[in-house]
Order: sequence, then C-alpha cells, then structure tokens
Amino acid sequence: MKETKESSYPEISSQNFTATRNACKLCAPLGASVAFRGLEGCIPLIHGSQGCSTYIRRYVISHFKEPIDIASSNFSEQSAIFGGGDNLKTALDNLIRQYRPEAVGIATTCLSETIGDDVGMYINEYRKGKKDEILPAIIHAPTPSYRGTHLEGFHEAIKATVKALAAGGPRGRNLNILPGFLSAEDLRQLKEILSDFGLAYTLLPDYSETLDGESWADYQKLSAGGTPLKAIKDMGRAQATIQFGRSLSGLETAAAFLEEKFKVPAMTLGIPVGIRETDRFLDALRDVTGLALPQKYEKERGRLIDAYIDGHKYVFGKRAVVYGEADFVAALASWLDEIGIVPVLCATGACTGKFKELVRSGLKNCREEPLIGEDTDFASMLETCRNLKVDLIVGHSKGYFLSRKLGVPLVRVGFPIHDRIGGQRILHVGYRGTQQLFDRVVNALIEAGQERSAVGYSYI
Amino acid sequence: MVEILKDRKKQVFQKGAEKEDRSFVCEKPSLAGSVSQRACVFCGSRVVLYPIADALHLVHGPVGCAAYTWDIRGSLSSGPELHRLSFSTDLREEEVIYGGEKKLYAALTELIKAYTPKAAFVYATCIIGLIGDDVQAVCKKVEGEQGIPVIPVHSEGFRGTKKDGYKAACEALFRLVVEGGGQPGLPLSINILGDFNLAGETWLIKEYYRQMGIQVVSCITGDGRVDEIRQSSRAGLNVVQCSGSMTQLAKMMEESYGIPFKRVSYFGIEDTAEALYSVARHFNDPKVMRKTEELVRTEVQRIYPEVQRFRKVLEGKRAAIYVGGSFKAFSLVKALRHLGIGTAIVGSQTGNPEDYEYLKEICDEGTIIVDDTNPLELSRFMMEQEVDLLIGGVKERPIAYKMGVAFCDHNHERKTALAGFEGMLNFCREVYSSLMSPVWQFSPARQKRASLRKVEDDRHERDQRVVLS
Repeated sequence: MKETKESSYPEISSQNFTATRNACKLCAPLGASVAFRGLEGCIPLIHGSQGCSTYIRRYVISHFKEPIDIASSNFSEQSAIFGGGDNLKTALDNLIRQYRPEAVGIATTCLSETIGDDVGMYINEYRKGKKDEILPAIIHAPTPSYRGTHLEGFHEAIKATVKALAAGGPRGRNLNILPGFLSAEDLRQLKEILSDFGLAYTLLPDYSETLDGESWADYQKLSAGGTPLKAIKDMGRAQATIQFGRSLSGLETAAAFLEEKFKVPAMTLGIPVGIRETDRFLDALRDVTGLALPQKYEKERGRLIDAYIDGHKYVFGKRAVVYGEADFVAALASWLDEIGIVPVLCATGACTGKFKELVRSGLKNCREEPLIGEDTDFASMLETCRNLKVDLIVGHSKGYFLSRKLGVPLVRVGFPIHDRIGGQRILHVGYRGTQQLFDRVVNALIEAGQERSAVGYSYI
Repeated sequence: MVEILKDRKKQVFQKGAEKEDRSFVCEKPSLAGSVSQRACVFCGSRVVLYPIADALHLVHGPVGCAAYTWDIRGSLSSGPELHRLSFSTDLREEEVIYGGEKKLYAALTELIKAYTPKAAFVYATCIIGLIGDDVQAVCKKVEGEQGIPVIPVHSEGFRGTKKDGYKAACEALFRLVVEGGGQPGLPLSINILGDFNLAGETWLIKEYYRQMGIQVVSCITGDGRVDEIRQSSRAGLNVVQCSGSMTQLAKMMEESYGIPFKRVSYFGIEDTAEALYSVARHFNDPKVMRKTEELVRTEVQRIYPEVQRFRKVLEGKRAAIYVGGSFKAFSLVKALRHLGIGTAIVGSQTGNPEDYEYLKEICDEGTIIVDDTNPLELSRFMMEQEVDLLIGGVKERPIAYKMGVAFCDHNHERKTALAGFEGMLNFCREVYSSLMSPVWQFSPARQKRASLRKVEDDRHERDQRVVLS
C-alpha cells in the first residue's frame, strides 16, 4: 500500500459526537431527482434555493458522467417571507417553454417545507391559470432534507409518481417492479431477466438510458429513455408489485399504495445480490408467471456456484466493513455471509429503526457478532475500525480514505463512485452481478496479499 | 432549436451583430426554471473560507450542504487538513421545530475540544434564520469558553447569489485580520488573496514572489492558516486574484489599514508576467525589478518554444469559455490566443458590468458573450459557433462530451496546476490531449457536423461553378 501523508488531526476513539463528521448519506431531494429522471420526458424541479439543484447536479454528474438538468425555483429572500408560489410558477413556465417535458417532478427542500409552502395548492392554481393549454404531468413529492436520507427522497418521488399517474381498470398480466436505487447496469440486467421470462412489466424508475446514454448526434434537451408515463398509468391494473428493500415492508410506499387503492398485491424482497436473494427473486417471478426459469439463468447460477467453490479459500474468514444505504448494506452483508466473509462492521447513515434486524436476518454463518450501526458517519467508522481487524471494505467512493488509513483494499460498489469511471455500469444484482462482485472481491484480497508479499508471486 | 427565454435576452450579446452600446444585463438573480449553473450563497462562502486548513468548518443545517461539499475541491495544505473533513450539525425534524441552538452549542464545543482548531467558522444554511437560531450568540458563547475565534458566516443559501457568499466570507475573514491589527508593517511584503492552492498553485506563485525578493505574509486562503491571516495587516500590498470573491476584503483592508491592492491573474503567460511586474513596479525597488525581469525572461524562454509547438497544431481551432468568475475568462481569452485558438463564446456566472465591457473589447467579432448561462443556451451557442473546445467545470463537461466537443477542466476540482508559467504549459498539454484524441472519430455529433459541412462545401462549389459558367 502506498505511503500515506499523516494528517495532523487526532482520531478520537469511542466518543459520541453530536455533529455528523463525514456523512454517510445524502439528502432527500437528490434521491427524488434521480428517481424523477427515471420517468420518460420528465425534468426534476427542486423547490428551494438554487444551491440545492446545482450541488445535486454536480454530485450526480460526477457519478453517472451524464448531463442532468435539474431546475430550481430559485428562492429569494422575498420567497422566504411571502412564500415560493410565484417562483414556482415562473419556474414551471420557463421549464415548460424550454424543455417541453412530458412531466415535471417537483421535489421540495428543507427551505420550502420550513416556511410551510403548500406546493399542492400552487400547482392547482397554476393549472387553473392554464386551463386552455396542454400541460405536462406535474408530480410533487415532499422531500425536506431534515427528514431521512436520499433514499427516503427516492421512495417519496416514486410514491408521488404512482399516486399521481396510476389508474385502475381490468386486471392485466403486467408486473410492477420497483427496484429502488440501483445502478443503470442493474436496471438493464433486471429488464433482461424480465424479458427473458417473457414478462410484461413496468420498471419504475428506469434511468438506465437517461442517466447512462450514448454519445449524441444531436443535442437532446431531455435524454431519451425512462419509464413511459402510459406504463405508469397501467400500474393500477398489474397482477402484482415487487419492491426491493426489506426495510420498506410495512411502510407507505408506492407498492403499499397500489395494493391499498387498486388491490395490486405487493411483495417485498431483498435486493437480489447473492444466490439466496436472487433465488428468491426468480422464484417470485416463477410463482407470479407460472413460467420456468430460462436455462440461461440456470447456467449462470451453476457457473456462479462453481466460482464460489473455486474461490472459497481466498475469502473464508476474511473480515469486511460494509457501508451505504440501509437495504443495500443488508443485501451486501447477506451476500458476504454466504461466501464465508464476516461483515464485522455494517454501517449506514440512515435512521430506519430496524437496521440491526435487517442486517442480522441475512447473516446465517457468522461466528462472531458483527457491529451493526445506523445513523453513523465515516469518522465514527474509522475510529471503530481501529479496534477491529479488517481485511476488506465494500462500499462507495466516500470510504476511500478509510481504505487508505487502514491499508486495506476498497471494492467500490453503489453510489457515489466519484474516483473511478464506470460507476453507473457496476453490476450488483442477479447471478451475473453477484459473479462480478465475487470476482472483484476475491481478486482484491488476492492482490492485497500479492502486493504485501516480499516474494512477488506471479502464480496464486 | 433552443429559444432564449425572454427574460434572459439581455444577458446574451454577440459582438458585431448588435449595437455596441446595447445594454448588457448581469449581476441579477438567476431566472427560476432556467437551470442556471450557479450555486448559492453558501457555495460562495465555502469556496473562500474552506481552504483555511487549521480551522474548524462547521455547517449548521440539515446534512445536504455539508455532504455535497465534502472534499470535492483540490485545495492542498502543507500541514493540517481539517478542511478536508466535513462537519455538520445535521439538523433533523425536531430541531427544525424546536430550534437547533442547543445542538449547535454541543457540536461546536465537542469538536473544538477534540480537534483543537485555531479558529472555527460556523456556516448558516437556508433554514437557520427561519427557525430562529441565534448563531451569533452561540458562537460568542463558545468563543468565550474555548478561547479561540468562533466566527459565524451569514451564508444562508437563498439570501442572494454566490457573490453575497463571498461578501459574507470576507466579513468573516476580516474579523481575523482585525485581531492582528496594529503591528508594524513589513518591507517588500504582500498578501496573496483569492488563490486557493488548487493543485498547489499558491505554492507555485509564492515561489515566484520569493525569487523576486518579495515576502508573502499570508495567503488568503490557499494553504491558509489562522495565525497567518491574523498577520496580514502587516503587508505592504494586497495582490488580489479572483477579484470577484476577494476584492471586498481588499477594500476593507485598504480602508482600515491603508493597504493598497492590485487585481491580477496568474493564468496565461501575459497575465502571469503582468502580475509579477505590477508587484515589482509597486515596490519600486531596482533589485526586485531586476530579479522579476530575470524570472519572467527565464520562464518565458523555457516554456515558449513548447507553446509554439502546440500552436502549430492547434491554430485555427475555436473555443468556448464558461467559468465562475469573469477575471479568469479574460486570461483564458488571451492564453488561447497564444495557441492561435479563437474564442467564439465566453461567459461567466458572476461577472459584473465592467467585466463584460472589457470582454467586449478583447473579443473578436462574432463572439457571443453570455452571463449566467444554462445547458440549453450553451449547447445551442456551441453548435452555432462550431466550437471545438469548451473550457469549464463539472456541469459543463458532459455537455461538451455528448456533442463531441473537447474539454479543459478549468475548475476547482483540478489536480493539475493551471496557474503560472508551468500552468500555461499544463494548460496547453491538456487542451492538446483532449482536442487531438482519436476517440472523436467515433462521435456521432462530429460525424454529423462533418457531413453537413461537406454538403455545404459541395453546394458552395456547385454555386461557384454556376456563377462562373
């Protein structure tokens, strides 16, 4: 490992700080913006200060390496006193004129929520004033940054979308898939699996093209792709909804809404990382459709098991730190558990109230009690790790300095990936995603050993 | 075809296509819904203050503002790196309802005791005033108890634009300056204002001044230290780069301590040389002047041949510039000329009327000058003007890449120095390596432009033949 420059600030062990030091989370409007970009022809609009839109754009661009236009209603001091209604309406006018979107997804901010802006009312007033015009769909999600993380914002946006657009009707053969915040490559893999099953589906959101597109011949105001609005309308007629993320069970999500309002049965599964969780997902598809698992996936599964066995001795008993969004950490921990790695520290910046059970329930092979903590931050994680023996870190780019300080490899997954190219193309789900993760983790451990060794083996 | 919004028409000007004295509007809040590239007041303050490496920077508000700005900048430090940590009071719903002062007090006290900074800056974000937190009072209390300056920064996002953030930062800095006031002045000494030591550029610039025989009292705020900033009133001259952000502080120091200031830029050969010469001229010391001449001559002789080699290949290309501060835009227009590259579009987020007048003067006919632009406008201008290269930041880069246009990252994330003479070489290399990459052969936008151009050329040729026959 390279020489690290010793920073002159101290590390304080096991002290509970009031402040958040190096946050392990982002805020709600970011999640909402990404989700809204997964709707076809939809432009996100953040109702608040200009800084929110700009910083969120920067952050998202740096991961996806794609342009993302997120508008702002540009609060001024006037708006803070008299309300942001005028600004919001001006923003809608300008947005619609310039982008001609099919939909506008409005996410609120801590600012607009604190002053008590009634965005629903503003939208109604706006519509009334434009009775003779064809307006885009206007969806509004309450996403103040002082409530939850970017994941809460993501789920709120999806729920608001479904509430605004889904309609009932005669039951169809359609399947609703709510994948949560996965990579563009994950979304493509899910679509491939669903197509191979011969399923009619609505995947919401689908930013696999809008946030991971081709090089352009002509300028695109709003990049092509996304879940068609018409498909969202049909979600009320689907035969079932599958949502990924066990923490969502019992919460008022889009899936719960569809079940309550349109009697579309909701199924909550874990994010399909690992053989166990992917099996559960594919079993659910089989149950719903009555179709057999296409042979292609039998073979992928078979190769994956073969790979697990080929690699088992490199990973057995190795100790990993995992951090990120609550459900994603639970999925990764469960996967690490099934290959013999001990997730000694599982951390999230989220505050679900059920993180411990969430993670614990996926651990069947742990011989030692892992440290599972939510509402934590990276500084606390580093301090905790000083007292743990750690071999590997699995998480996003913001954990790089953990890896550097501990002298331990970081296998980059999730969001954001800001210090590598291709973050949006990391595949995590399905047998194929699991295969790629497995190869990367095993090889990271092998590489660490190879570099450390004085011998310089070229044959492992 | 992108249409410019009615309320933005006065912020776009094309030289030669309109009357010279047509009023050009700038320095106004961004239009709602226009997808401006500007950030907020907090952004302005943070940009100026964060490089102070031995101070504690605590953001008071919900977590987003701190999370999105954690270590995103290439501001280097030769010692402590407190500025690379991200501290937030991470306000939750209960604090929004009941107030966050208690949390702020606890957070500040714990952090100061643990990290022993020389000073603390507390940044107020959007909702702080609205929930009734008296940040000033909490800061004063903690200062009394902890014995270090605890300085509130009035950086609520919506209170204005980025420029108001700069102003808030300058006011905060001035508090430190004042603490060290009244000390005897130092001979042949300057403060470097408005360089943030991105990729070590402050070190580069300091070295030039050292070779000239000039003492640098403090850098505000590149590789910044609280004690150093306290000493700044001892300098004989303030050399201000990024005048948008720091002129305010320079003016305050002139008023209180009689320290004059000069606006300079360290981008490009001409402007770097002029920056050094203007300091030498100010002190009117023959030894300093001689050393400056020698330094400039040596450096220019060193880099000029390579710049000329680049020029041979890049001559005739057309560039677009969109940066935060307009002062940088001036330097870039000139630097590009050294490479034989014309500026077809130039704009900034925060330029003032004098800046844009100057741009009008130094630009060629046909150049589009724009204030506070957005992706739709920028892409339209780039296509109309057939631009080969865009110089900008993170939010401009994907626009260029999607449209098959080369890019130079002239932004705060840069890891390569672009200032000074060495920086000019790096600039040339970066521009060259982007423009000359073979990957563009595959770009659909480029192919389309090339085939359209061929159709144009063929038609033109046919018309010529018709005329001649």
